[in-house]
Amino acid sequence: MSAQSETTRVALEHETSQELGLPKDHRILGLWIFLAGECAFFASLIGAYLGLHTGVAHGPTGAQLFDLPLTTVATLILLSSSLTVVLGVAAMQRRDVRGMQIWLWLTALLGIIFLEFQGYEFYTFYHHGLTLQTSAFGSAFFTLTGFHGLHVAFGVFWILLLLFQSLRHGINEDRTTKVFVMSLYWHFVDVVWVVIFTLVYLAGKVS
Amino acid sequence: MAAITERVAIAHSEARSYHGIWAWLATVDHKKIGIMYIYAALFFMAFGGAEALLVRIQLWQPNNHFVSAETFNQLFTMHGVTMIFLVAMPILIGYINAIVPLQIGARDVAFPRMNALSLWLFVLGGIFLYTSWFMGGAPDAGWFNYVPLSGAHFSPGAGVDFYDIGLQITGIGTLMTAINFLVTILNMRAPGMRLLRMPMFTWSALITMLLILFAFPPITVNLILQMMDRLFHATFFNIPLGGNALLWQNLFWIFGHPEVYIMILPAFGIVSEIIPTFSRKPLFGYESMALALSVIAFLSFMVWTHHMFADGLGPIVNSIFAITSMLIAVPTGIKIFNWLATIWGGQIRFTTANLYALSFIPLFVIGGISGVMLAMAPADLQYNDSYFVVAHFHYVLFGGTLMGALAGLYYWFPKIWGRLLNEKLGRLNFWLVFIGFNVTFFPMHILGLEGMPRRISTYAPGYGWTTPNQIATVGAFILLAGMLILLYNLIRTFAKKPDLVQDPWDGRSLEWSIPSPTPEYNFAQLPLVEDRDAYWVAKREGNGELPKAEPVGPIHMPSPSLSPFFLALTVVIAGYAALLHVDWLALVALLAVFWQIGLQLVHEDHGYHVHPDVPAGGAAE
Ligand code: HEM
Ligand SMILES: [Cu+2]
Repeated sequence: MSAQSETTRVALEHETSQELGLPKDHRILGLWIFLAGECAFFASLIGAYLGLHTGVAHGPTGAQLFDLPLTTVATLILLSSSLTVVLGVAAMQRRDVRGMQIWLWLTALLGIIFLEFQGYEFYTFYHHGLTLQTSAFGSAFFTLTGFHGLHVAFGVFWILLLLFQSLRHGINEDRTTKVFVMSLYWHFVDVVWVVIFTLVYLAGKVS
Repeated sequence: MAAITERVAIAHSEARSYHGIWAWLATVDHKKIGIMYIYAALFFMAFGGAEALLVRIQLWQPNNHFVSAETFNQLFTMHGVTMIFLVAMPILIGYINAIVPLQIGARDVAFPRMNALSLWLFVLGGIFLYTSWFMGGAPDAGWFNYVPLSGAHFSPGAGVDFYDIGLQITGIGTLMTAINFLVTILNMRAPGMRLLRMPMFTWSALITMLLILFAFPPITVNLILQMMDRLFHATFFNIPLGGNALLWQNLFWIFGHPEVYIMILPAFGIVSEIIPTFSRKPLFGYESMALALSVIAFLSFMVWTHHMFADGLGPIVNSIFAITSMLIAVPTGIKIFNWLATIWGGQIRFTTANLYALSFIPLFVIGGISGVMLAMAPADLQYNDSYFVVAHFHYVLFGGTLMGALAGLYYWFPKIWGRLLNEKLGRLNFWLVFIGFNVTFFPMHILGLEGMPRRISTYAPGYGWTTPNQIATVGAFILLAGMLILLYNLIRTFAKKPDLVQDPWDGRSLEWSIPSPTPEYNFAQLPLVEDRDAYWVAKREGNGELPKAEPVGPIHMPSPSLSPFFLALTVVIAGYAALLHVDWLALVALLAVFWQIGLQLVHEDHGYHVHPDVPAGGAAE
């Protein structure tokens, strides 16, 4: 174990705000409530998609475009990032800061790979004649999956910020809550993708 | 009941301190934020009121040309948007900010900086909406902004873009308020303050925040879809390319009906505080009141197509939604009877606050009855889009929400500002508003039944519409007189020295147990709550002192910060850039927004400490 990892392996300092009676888990409940609102947000977007996906006008349909093997790989990549973030949080709870950092790096990387898959998919769809402007199906598809992609991108950004914070300042109880809250968000984004994968891609290919 | 005077000595402060206007821009204190919500709502009310008066002048006589038809459309649209999003909701959120933490015995909200962000998104988003008047015209497709009228083809100007983007900005702020107060009420109640010991206003805030949490995402999505259509030529609402106009209506009313309850439940809460106080009796049927709030909230998500009866969705859909709509009258009726039972046999004091609260009951009942009439789907085909609907929603929103809000203003003014409003002027204010309101809006029932469509800029003579319209316009000026008296009362009261009276009404809940205006840390020692109406019980059965849950000690406070203000400002800049198609600026501003959110996510606030100075004898251990 190098000296460097010794310095990052900072013992969890006792959180000062806790002594002062500032309950710190507001953020956890707050994030759960935020996710409830996000459920309503994605439910509305998915509802709009389901209402519009037959409106293909003169453009291509989902059944023509969707490349299930490709999307399945992307799905598996995103799902495995849920595992890596769990392992990161577990390492953090063992006070293994180095381990936490490695798993978080990996999570961010998987998120980025997922986004590249999505970029590739958008690019091929575009070349097969589906754009935001082609049809209501196109509008709804790009808006729904685009907003999900934005959520992934924001999650990657969030992970990277927390990583840099822990690299520079180590970790303390306040920051562990920050990481934990982020991991809840990340799981949510993954779960939403499972719903999108089922309702948009699988159902779209079947019909 | 000697007012405890507490002086504050800040022993050591790591926090930057701000002065003058910067202190207001940087504050994270829920009381100051509440005050700014109320000021801003009153400010926007002046604009919304002026728009209404112009509408009423235009309708004074047949074939009038006071304003053009185009201007008329902008006037009624902005009137509706203003009153709903910039007046009714913010003034109620202002009271919730100022009072709920006090009622539950908390020192602040769960996320003070996010609270400031909510405020600034509302204020700057509202200003953003209003600049549309100088930038090519205000929104003009009605407050529910139906497609295809609001689409690029029929509304080519930027007005609807201002609506789409402005309401997204204020809406995100409202959503954050919901998260904040849900956590605050669930997590930060003083020891012993069980859910079923909370004052009814806090209950109403809790349920309202749940409604916001689930109602605002659908409208946000709707606004995003329309923005994509209008700015990026997407085809969500473009029917030849597969779009669907009913999608807008559905998403709008899935939000829209809960929204009307978002505006009325806090008013229920206010009335449920004032009536017991001025009847000197506990609220009758407390549990059933809380339950009724919850049932109403639940049902309010299941009635939205009663706004779409005229779409022809078929008899099955219409019947189901007619029944669910009428069902809401049941919990609402329970509330009405509980208020009446609270008044029954009480020692009633007719203060201005109580006059407003008492007038709420019959006015709201009239609005409820016309609501049930509208909910009868076959009959609604007659009422729909007529002045009858206008009469209905003004009885519930003006007679309900605004009367409740004015009741709350007179009631909590001494707590929030440390001064009592003048009661004589208050009574004059009340009677002018009460009479003016009924003179303005009652004739609209008749106009509607006689077939006058809403939103027409003028009408021909000979339909019998002239006289009711003229009565309504006269009423509007009586209302104006009433509101000017209120303004005079406010100015007079601010000019005088603070009374600093702690408990002017012989109040029941915790906010009256602490000085007015409240010190920044609210409670020198957190109270221990052992009863519903804990302060009332302490006054009747003890020495008026609540038992304390903690010894005197330094109190940790969050630091003030300008970052919420600048974050909101950046959001608004992104809004202008998108609207004006300055794409690079929109992108830069959006990236700046995300960067600032990121900074908030890693931010660590150490806050500072305040030492409450409790005079000898005042400190019960
Ligand atoms: C018993 C309770 C109620 C019932 C059954 C009811 C029913 C209805 C119905 C059926 C309509 C649609 C009429 C039409 O457009 O043809 C309507 C409109 C409306 N209601 Fe109610 N209502 C009730 C209470 C309330 C309350 C408490 C509020 C607000 C505080 C409210 C605010 C509105 C508004 C703003 C509109 C008009 C929306 C618009 O078209 O611009 N209602 N109501
Ligand atoms: Cu409704």
